[in-house]
Formats: sequence, structure tokens, C-alpha cells
Amino acid sequence: MNEKRRGPLAHIVKRPDISLKQATAVRAAAILLSILACALVTFMFTGDDPVSVFKTIWEGSFASERRLWVLLQNVSILLIISLAMAPAFRMRFWNIGGEGQVMMGVLATSSCMIMLGGKIPNVLLIIIEIVAAIAAGAVWAAIPAFFKSRWNTNETLFTLMMNYVATQLVAYFIIIWESPRGSGKIGIINQSTQYGWLPQIGEYKYLLTVLVAAALTVILYIYMNKSKHGYELAVVGESERTARYIGIKVGRVFIRTMLLSGAICGIAGLLMVGSTDHTMTTTLAGGRGFTAVMVAWMAKFNPLGMIFTSFLLAFLSKGAGEVATQFGLNQSFSDILSSIIIFFLIGCEFFIQYRIVFRKEAK
Amino acid sequence: MFDIVSFIPRAVAQATPLLLGSTGETLTEKSGNLNLGIPGIMYVGAISGVIGAFFYEQKVGSVENANAFLAITIPLVCCLIGSFLMGLLYCFLTVTLRANQNVTGLAMTTFGVGFGNFFGGSLIKLTGSDVPSIALSITHKFYAAKLPFAEDAGVFGALFLNYGFLVYVAIVIALASSFFLNRTRRGLQLRAVGENPATADAAGINVGAYKYWATCIGSMIAGLGGLYYVMDYASGVWSNDAFGDRGWLAIALVIFTIWRPNVSILASFLFGALYILYLYIPTGTNMAIKEIYKMAPFIVTILVLIIISMRKKRENQPPAALGLPYFREER
Repeated sequence: MNEKRRGPLAHIVKRPDISLKQATAVRAAAILLSILACALVTFMFTGDDPVSVFKTIWEGSFASERRLWVLLQNVSILLIISLAMAPAFRMRFWNIGGEGQVMMGVLATSSCMIMLGGKIPNVLLIIIEIVAAIAAGAVWAAIPAFFKSRWNTNETLFTLMMNYVATQLVAYFIIIWESPRGSGKIGIINQSTQYGWLPQIGEYKYLLTVLVAAALTVILYIYMNKSKHGYELAVVGESERTARYIGIKVGRVFIRTMLLSGAICGIAGLLMVGSTDHTMTTTLAGGRGFTAVMVAWMAKFNPLGMIFTSFLLAFLSKGAGEVATQFGLNQSFSDILSSIIIFFLIGCEFFIQYRIVFRKEAK
Repeated sequence: MFDIVSFIPRAVAQATPLLLGSTGETLTEKSGNLNLGIPGIMYVGAISGVIGAFFYEQKVGSVENANAFLAITIPLVCCLIGSFLMGLLYCFLTVTLRANQNVTGLAMTTFGVGFGNFFGGSLIKLTGSDVPSIALSITHKFYAAKLPFAEDAGVFGALFLNYGFLVYVAIVIALASSFFLNRTRRGLQLRAVGENPATADAAGINVGAYKYWATCIGSMIAGLGGLYYVMDYASGVWSNDAFGDRGWLAIALVIFTIWRPNVSILASFLFGALYILYLYIPTGTNMAIKEIYKMAPFIVTILVLIIISMRKKRENQPPAALGLPYFREER
């Protein structure tokens, strides 16, 4: 044994500050590595050479105008839900109930279309629909926030449970309203009359969704970075005690922010039913409430960064779907690829926040 | 007529995956790790077992050639390895790299469910069957083997002895976990890590090691839940997405039992019963109401969550450091 006592081989130190350049370099390296890992995995299953796999992934989104629009629609919906998550996460309120909040928006929109379609003027119907969807999402999100602010109820678990309550509510109403009877499906709502369908801009079915997403991104960016509310969020996120000390009513901030989150999720649900899908299924949100958590987190809750991360995930899942179709693999292949990328991005944050210091050899 | 003798065994069969999942998650949460990857881990556990069983069945060909020991051990070991690796991945990201637990957990769930469905789908393709499922009838026989005297014991036998061995394993694991957490020194230290890692660290407890062990063992237990579901409950038939929401129910159950694995034995039975209650309640033509019944476990869990936060009894609270990463120099 050595006489000298040695320290551990390596230890980690928190980086005081990292320049944006360095942070970006680390993230870019992580994305590059993750794409290599994905290529390796794809190669193992298909035996095709990686270049042509990438070509297939590219074609999945860009081969035709239609595919491009579908990609844009997917990116927009994912982006909207991620935007909804961001303000709450900025104050470390872990809302993982996006799925349920979107479903409530979906349910509110569909119920307006089914119950009121044809009974009142269409313009009025659309206005009621918008209000209902926003209100339903907002209320669904505010319930956990209320309990968190009053009794400090664990919001992660609460919002998680609310997802399933919402999904079951949707399942209940699907059976109530199913058409044709016994099919277990609702089908296209008001297919012939188009009552309650949101207006289509020109000949582009998906343009409305894209425009709403763009507008919300700008609004949220301003809200989070330039407004008093946004500043309060940041303070609450850094330290609740500090926030209380300087006179921010933390409980009120929780409820207010969750109302906003839920409202935006409601809009996502409104767009899905009113503008693109025109139907209600229990899988309409399709796990995007959860994916949005990762999208928002990977972009460090920066609305502009989320454009990129949501694009990355939507593009990859389309591309992997295309690879799966071409090589006769299962469609779940895209889930595997996107989670590999997420794992790398989650892991790389460590190298942004900390530095590894190796032991210096004693002389 | 409410047929209790057929109701109870079916509820128990529903309950067992939930019991295993919630026991594993309780151990994990006691170390301060909120592992939302449990649904994914249960999928991985299930599909790993299925892969093991599939290749074993391909090799032996028929029931006569199968060896009881191997038929049980191979899927079991595959399942444990698969779910252990998932636990290790979670720990590496959250404990070593101090990543956010919620995000990591959700990514693991996406990955695990995708992994299960992908390999499930690939195996289905390999068998070239017309139905979208794989039937593992040989290994299922061994997993579902009942106690030999269960048939002769009448109602008692039907209610208590009429299960595959994993049901009893689940109950033993739950009791052992409770004993471990409340009656042993290591259990006390584990709880200390979950309540206040800085204090535990100062007392000389290796926080990282406890988190790693608790999470990995917890994952393996949860993985067994997936294995039970395929091998016993689903009669050895894997079909994609069949496992459903059970992983989230297991997480709900952890809250419902207020972090107590022994209570979970009864509570999981209650959840299992609620899950299938609609089959036994005469609903007539009203099919919709059964969707409302399925909501019940989640609503009950929310109520428990609210009540424990209102009453503020200290022994009923979630582990204080639940969901927070620990970095020694950041106290």
C-alpha cells in the first residue's frame, strides 16, 4: 500500500458559469453521438448501410409536400403542448398532466360540436368551442395547483393521476356518442355539415395549427422573458423562500401559471379536433403530453429552443416510422430511436453543469 | 348473481402485477428516486422474459422435452437481467449524472414500451403467425402450475391455493420489503437517504450506493410484475400494448398505500377488483358506465394524496427528498 492517503480518482465540481458557446458545443456533440448510436441500432436491425438509412429518414418528412405538411402539423402540436409545460417547469412545478389537459380540450371541443352543432349559428358555435376548450384545459390544470398551493400536495403524482381520469372521461363519452352504434368510435364529427370545424386557411388544412403555434411561441417568449409574471416564475423556481420574502404570493403564482398551462393545452386539443382530425379518440394526444415534458426540458424551457427540439423529435419519429415501414420493422422503432436521443441529451446536461476533476498524482 | 368464487381469483390475477410493480416502486421511492420509468421497466421485464421463453421453446419443441426447472429459470433470469439493466440506466442518469428524475423516467417509459412492442412485433414476425401475438404455451404451463392439492380443497382451494407460484412470490416479496424497510438497519438507512440525503451522507451512509441498489432491486421486482402478466395471467400470450396502463396504476398504488408494501397486498387486490368490477356488475345495455368504473382507482388515489397532504401526519408523507438529485457540495 502507498503510505500517502490518496483522494478519490476523480471528483466532480459544479461549474460556476458556462458560456453559451460551450454549452451549445456540448449539446451538439451529444446530438451527434446520439445520431451515431441511432445509426448503429438501425444498422443492426436492417443491415442497410447508414447513409441510405438517413436518406430514408429524410424522405419520411420531405419526400412530398403532403409529408412536409404532416410533419409541420406534428411539430406544431408538440410545440404547443411543450410551450404549455414551460412556464410551470420554470418555477419547478412538475406538471406531467399535459396529456390529460389536452384530452379535456379535446373533450370540450367535441362535446360542443356534437351537442350544439346545427342548433346555433356556426360563428357562435366556434366561439363557444374555443372558450370551452380553453376553460376545460385550464380548470383541469388548476385543480392540482390549488391543492399544491393550499396543502402542498405533491403535484407530480397528482397531475399524473389526472391524465387517466381525463382519458377515462373521454372513453366514457365516446361510448355515449358513438356512431354508428356499437362501433366504439365516434367517426368524423359533423362530416357533411362541417358544423364547428375551424376555418381552413386557403387550401392548407394544417396552416392554422402552424400559425397558432408560431404566435404562441412568440407570446410565451415575451411572457417568460420580458414580463413581470415571467420574472416571478423565475424567482419562485430558484427559491420559494426568496419569493415569499420579497412578497410574491407563491400559491397564487402556482394557480395562475397552471391556468395558463392548461389553457394552452386546451388550445392544442381544440386544434386537433376542430382543425385537423375532426374526431375524438382516447389516443388522440398519443403520449405527446409526456413527450412535451422532454421537449421543454431539453430546450431548458426556452420557447425558441423548443422549436428546434420539438422539430427534432417529430422529424425523427416520422423518419424512423418510414424506416420501419420500408424494412418491415415494427412502428415502435421510432420510440426507441427518439428515446436514445433523449437519453443522450439528458446525460449531456451533466457535462454542462459539472466538471470532472481528476486526481493529480502526488509528487 | 355475484359470483364471488370466480371474482376473487380474477381480482388476484389482476392484482399481482400491480403488487409487484408497487413494491418495486416503493423501495425505489424510499431512496428518494421517483422512478416514472416503472411502466417501461415492466414492459422490458415482460418482453425479456418472453424472448427467453421463446428461444427456449424453439429449442425444446414440445412439452414432453421441456424441463420444469429450465422453463421457469430461463425466462425469469432474462426478465431480471432486462429490468436490472433498465434500473441501472435510470440510476446512471439520475444518480451519477444528476439528471432530472421526471424527464429521465418519462423517457424510460417511452423507451421501455417501444422496446417491448418492437421486439414483441419482431418475434411475432419471426413466427410468421396470422394473429398479432405470440403464444408461449409450454413455459406458460410451468408458470401457471397450481398446487397439486388445490383442486381437492374446495372453495378454500379455489380462493387461496389456485394460483401460479409468482403470486406467492409477490406476497413474500412485499412482506419482506416491509420488514426490510421498517425492521432492519439497512432499511432505516435507506429511508434516511430518501428523507434527507445530506444528513445520511454526514452519518457515513453511502448515498449513491443506496440509491443504486434500491432502484435496481426495485426495478427487478417491478419487472417480475410484467413477467407474471405475460406468463401466467395472459396465458403466455404476448400481444403488443396488452399490458396497458398497469404500470401507472402501480405508481398510483404506491401513494394509495402511503409507501407501505405490506398494505399493498390488500390494496392491490382492491385495485385489481376495481379494475374488473364492471364485468360483474349488471350494467344492462349501459356499456359506458364501465369506463367510469375504470376511473375509480385513479380518483381514489387522488383523494388519498389530498388527504395525506391535508392531515400532515409525518409518518404518512412522501419521502422528503423524493424527486430531488443529491450533490454533496450543494447543501
